[in-house]
Order: sequence, then structure tokens, then C-alpha cells
Amino acid sequence: MSTASVQLPGWINYGVIPLINLVLAFFFSGLVVWAIGENPFEALQLLLVGALGRGEGIGFTLFYTTSFIFTGLSVAVAIHAGLFNIGSEGQAYLGGLGAALVALSLDRYVPWYVTMPFAVIGSALFGAACAAIPAWLQAKRGSHIVITTIMFNFITSSLMNYLLVHLLIVPGKMAPETRTFLPGGQLPKLDWLIALFGGKLGAAPLNFSFLIALVMCFLIWVLVWRTKLGYEMRTLGVSPSVAVYAGIPYARIVMIAMLISGGLAGMMALNPVMGASGRLQIEFVGGAGFVGIAVSLMGRNHPAGIVLSALLFGILYQGGAELSFDMPSITRDMIVVIQGLVILFAGALEYMLRPAIVRLYQQVGGGR
Amino acid sequence: MDYFDILISILGSAIRLSIPLLFTALAGLFSERAGIFDIGLEGKMLASAFAAACVAHLTADPWLGLLAGILVSIAVSLIHGFASITNRGNQIVSGVALNFVAAGLTVVLGQAWFGQGGRTPQVPTEGRFSSIILPGADAVRGVPFIGPLYANVISGNNILTYIAFLMVPLSWWVLYRTRFGLRLRAVGENPGAVDTAGISVTWLRYRALIVTGFLAGFAGTYLSIAQSAAFISNMSAGKGYIALAALIFAKWKPVPVMFACLLFGFLDAFANFMQGKSVPLIGEVPVQIFQALPYILTCILLAGFIGIARPPKAGGVPYTKER
Repeated sequence: MSTASVQLPGWINYGVIPLINLVLAFFFSGLVVWAIGENPFEALQLLLVGALGRGEGIGFTLFYTTSFIFTGLSVAVAIHAGLFNIGSEGQAYLGGLGAALVALSLDRYVPWYVTMPFAVIGSALFGAACAAIPAWLQAKRGSHIVITTIMFNFITSSLMNYLLVHLLIVPGKMAPETRTFLPGGQLPKLDWLIALFGGKLGAAPLNFSFLIALVMCFLIWVLVWRTKLGYEMRTLGVSPSVAVYAGIPYARIVMIAMLISGGLAGMMALNPVMGASGRLQIEFVGGAGFVGIAVSLMGRNHPAGIVLSALLFGILYQGGAELSFDMPSITRDMIVVIQGLVILFAGALEYMLRPAIVRLYQQVGGGR
Repeated sequence: MDYFDILISILGSAIRLSIPLLFTALAGLFSERAGIFDIGLEGKMLASAFAAACVAHLTADPWLGLLAGILVSIAVSLIHGFASITNRGNQIVSGVALNFVAAGLTVVLGQAWFGQGGRTPQVPTEGRFSSIILPGADAVRGVPFIGPLYANVISGNNILTYIAFLMVPLSWWVLYRTRFGLRLRAVGENPGAVDTAGISVTWLRYRALIVTGFLAGFAGTYLSIAQSAAFISNMSAGKGYIALAALIFAKWKPVPVMFACLLFGFLDAFANFMQGKSVPLIGEVPVQIFQALPYILTCILLAGFIGIARPPKAGGVPYTKER
């Protein structure tokens, strides 16, 4: 008998199965740590203490979390419309240009809270612009969005490297980066949020964009589950032929979904560019766009899940950095391995255990 | 140096840069023609480069290095198969995941084993594939045009280069002249029909992925013990994606794949040559244009402006035998 058609209750689908997949991913990560001669439990403990032990650690963790919420939402919105956007990395990179241009032109004249809304719009517009051509190619010419967004990651990277090395660089400086923004072009740190829980933010770059990220989570939830546009996107995601039959305009929805997705990825740039370093630096995205894929899959493409899994990856990034100080044989690249294993088990192998779980569920008596 | 010498040196460099692309694109050809998207070519290349460098360092035998590279690459390919064929998972997600695992694991293991920041130690000279001087290369060097072309472009490459070019007709023959190739192409277009004919879709696709792993193993080995003499972290540097672009640019056909790879290799070599040089009237052309050109060309092709790139019909769709 096929187990594929058996319905499982929500708490198994959205709770138990992702949790088991996560445990599997961590089990194999632990095996790697054990294989290179370190104690996986000790490593886990160091990682957790590094990420959550002090106010500064928490500040760094939430800083990474902010970036991952944006890119996770970006991937999720596209997935709801049945599109796989691998281009969040490039869209975030170009979004940085939008944010930086706004900050560079306004920081002299106005305080940060006037700059901020323009920077949000600027970064989102540039991110969306980077998604526009792949979206148009998918909508009108049927080119596969996965391939075109990969191509655009490289095209954007070349473009940004050119702009930074030749045009935006401060004359006379060696480092390919813009000048540091004045306070009017920077987002304030969230000292008070950490102080609320009795900690000290220290040098951690947790900033106002964290709150923007949380607002975006709510807005995306409203958009996807409470609006007509969201309904049309989800219909398209389930079955393009049904959507077209129901009179939903395919090309229009593909374009809109990808523009929103690209815009969200672009807004990720607010966090490192205006919140942390206060300038546009080369390769500042640093893989956050790809982490977004893992975050979205792990969080089952739901904003609440995305916040939780972004937090998980924030802990991994910050904890992993601390861990590599304490255990020099474990480099920061261990995070990349864990990230890959999470994508593998939570994404590609998500149905591996389903038949077994269905059988167990039926035996326990919940079924039929 | 006159223009002809410059051209010869760029062509020689273009050949060397296109070999890893050629192996990888041919690898992708087999899996995509069987209906399995493979974003994970980059990861296979990295994993096999690491394995080849480790074994060649320990044994000082390039052939054992190649064998290790191939075996590791096939293993990665089989994991991709387990996820996307057996468990009907999303092929793109699986490829992305394996790229991450390969990128991370090679550095973590390299650091743990050798403690050189993710590098492997230098491979001794006898553990590398060194260049072969073809017979008569020195004799004809003095002949105008053909002489330098033969001596500096065709001769003087390592054995893997010649294997790469042999793989092109061989891939064509396997895909278009054998029963396995016919079935492989069929399973990428209409797996239901293949299944109805009593042929196992699963086994056929697994075999295609083994061929993919086999070929990608050559690419990684070429990177670490033919082109250079050690594994360096993330040494594939996006070549797996350029190879994917070449595969699409060549419309999933073996001989055009070779030309696409040579073109992209030439662009790369030309960009290296143009670095810091200025062109009359235009001034210095930014190298980034050449770096982005393969991707821009592929996007234009995908848009249908220069011919139509029609991918295998069943690509990316897991096959379900019964509901």
C-alpha cells in the first residue's frame, strides 16, 4: 500500500518531521566533528555558550539572524509562487548598492530616521531590479528561473566588483569600498533591547534593521495568507495549469512574486551595510543569500518558522565563529557543512522518513 | 612579441582553462539528459579535487589520485541520486546542499588532517600529471604558423587534456549510438514510456549519475594535480556553474558542449591577458566584462534570442511509478 496519500496531522508535518530531519543533520555533523578527533558534545556546548552566553554573543547572533530572516523570506515568497529563487545572494548584493546610494546622498543633511525609509525603498528597488530580468525571462520566454538566477548571481557580482573597484572607491584608498556613512546614514544599534534583558551589547552590530525584519515577517504573512494576491501566488505554486484555468494571469504573478522576493533580498543589505560597517564593502553578503534557502526550507516557508530557523542559523554562525577560536581544528567552514546537511535533510530528503512515520502513526492508532 | 605569438599564448591558456569546464559539462550532460538536474557539479569538482590531491600527496601516483577523485565524485553523485531518485526529493535543493557539504567538508577535513588552513600539502612532481611533448613538436617549431600552433597549443598539455577531447566523441557515441544512450535520452524526455517498455527508470537514472560522477572526477583531479599541485579551499571558484552555463549554451549536445567550453575558456584566457592593458580609443576594458560574459551569453540564449535552448522534457521532475 502506498503511504504517500495518507494525511498526517499538522503537528507531525510541521513539527515532528522537521525536527527529526534537523536531528539527523546534526547527528551527521557530530560524526564529522568526532571523525576529526574532537568531542561533538563539547563542541556543541562551546557553540551554544559562544552564541548565547553573553549579551555581546546574543547581539551577534541576532545580527546574523536579521540577515537570514530577510533572505529566508525572499526564498519563501518565491517558493509560494512555485519559483525557486537561488539569486537572493546577488539580489542582496545589488540591494546594498541601493542602500549605499541613499545613505551617501542623504547622510549629510538629515538624521537616520529620515534616511531609513528611503534606504528601505532603495535597497528593495535595487534587489527587485536584479530579480526583474530572470522573472521576465521565466514569465515571458519560459527560461528556467533557477538557471537564470544563478547566472545573475555571477553577473551582479562582476558588476558590483567593477563599481566598487572603479567608481565607488574612495580616491587614494586601496580597499574597494565606499566612504564611511555619517551618523545620518547609519542605523542605530539596539543597545536597549539587550539591556532590557540585563545584558550588554558591547561591540555587537545588532541594529534597527532587526525590527524591520520582524515587521516584514508580519507583512509577508498578511500578503501570502490574507490577500487576494497571496492566494493567487499560492495557487500558482500548487499548480500553474489550475491557476491559468482559474483566470490567474501567470506572467503577472510570476513577475510580482519575483520582484517581492528580490526586494526582500535587497533589504537584507540594510543590516550589514547601514547597520554594521556603515559602508558598502566588497562581497559583503558573504553567503547569506544561500543560507536563506536553508532557512526557508527549515522554516517550512512560513514567517514564524523562518524566524525560528533564522535564529538557529544565527546561533550556528556566531557560535561557530567562537568555536573556531576554542577548537582550532574545527574551522568556521564547519558551519557550511552543517548548513549543507540541513538543506539536504530538511529539503532534499524531507520525504525519506515519511513512509516510516506514517506506518508508525497508523500502528499507534491515530490513522484511519 | 608580435600578435601571432600573443594569439598562440592565449590559445594555449584557453585550452588549459577549458578542460575542467569540458569534463564537468559532459558530466552534466549525462545527468540532465537522463532528466536529473545537477546544480551539484561544483561540489563534485571540489570533492574530487580534494580527494585526488590527498591521495596523490600520499602515494605520489597521479593515477591513484585520479581514481580517488573519480570514486569520491561518484559517491557524491550517488547521494544526489538517493535524494532525487529514490526519495523523489527536489533535485535543485539536493544539488545546492551537496555543494555546501563539499565546500565545507573539504576545508574542515583538510585543516584537521594537514593543518594548513584547508590546503593540502604540495603534491610531489611525480604525483602530478605533467605535460607531454608530442612527437615532432621540436622539429616543426620553426615552420611558420603551423609549427608554433602544434608545438605550443596542441603539444605540451597533460594526458587529461587529451582524454577530455577524446571524451567528446565518446560521449556522442554513447548517447547516440548505443542502446544505453537511447534509453538514457528517452528517460529524460518521457520516463513513463521507458517504464512501460519494462525498463527500470530508477536503475537507468542511477547509471546516468554514475557516469556524471565519473566525468566530474576527472575535472576535479585536473584542477588539483594537473593544473596546480595542491588542493586550495574553494579552488573550483564557480567553474561548475560556468560548465552548467556551457551545457545550456550548447543546448545539451556533446559536440557543441566542446565548442561552448572552448569559447568560455577563451574568454577567461582573454580576460587574463587584457588585465591592465588598454585598448586604443576605448581605454582599459574592465576584466569584469569578460568574467560576466559567459553568464550574459547564456541568459541571452535562454531568452531565445539566439536559437532556442530546449531542455530535456522530464528534467527536474521526480518519477513516480504508481500512485
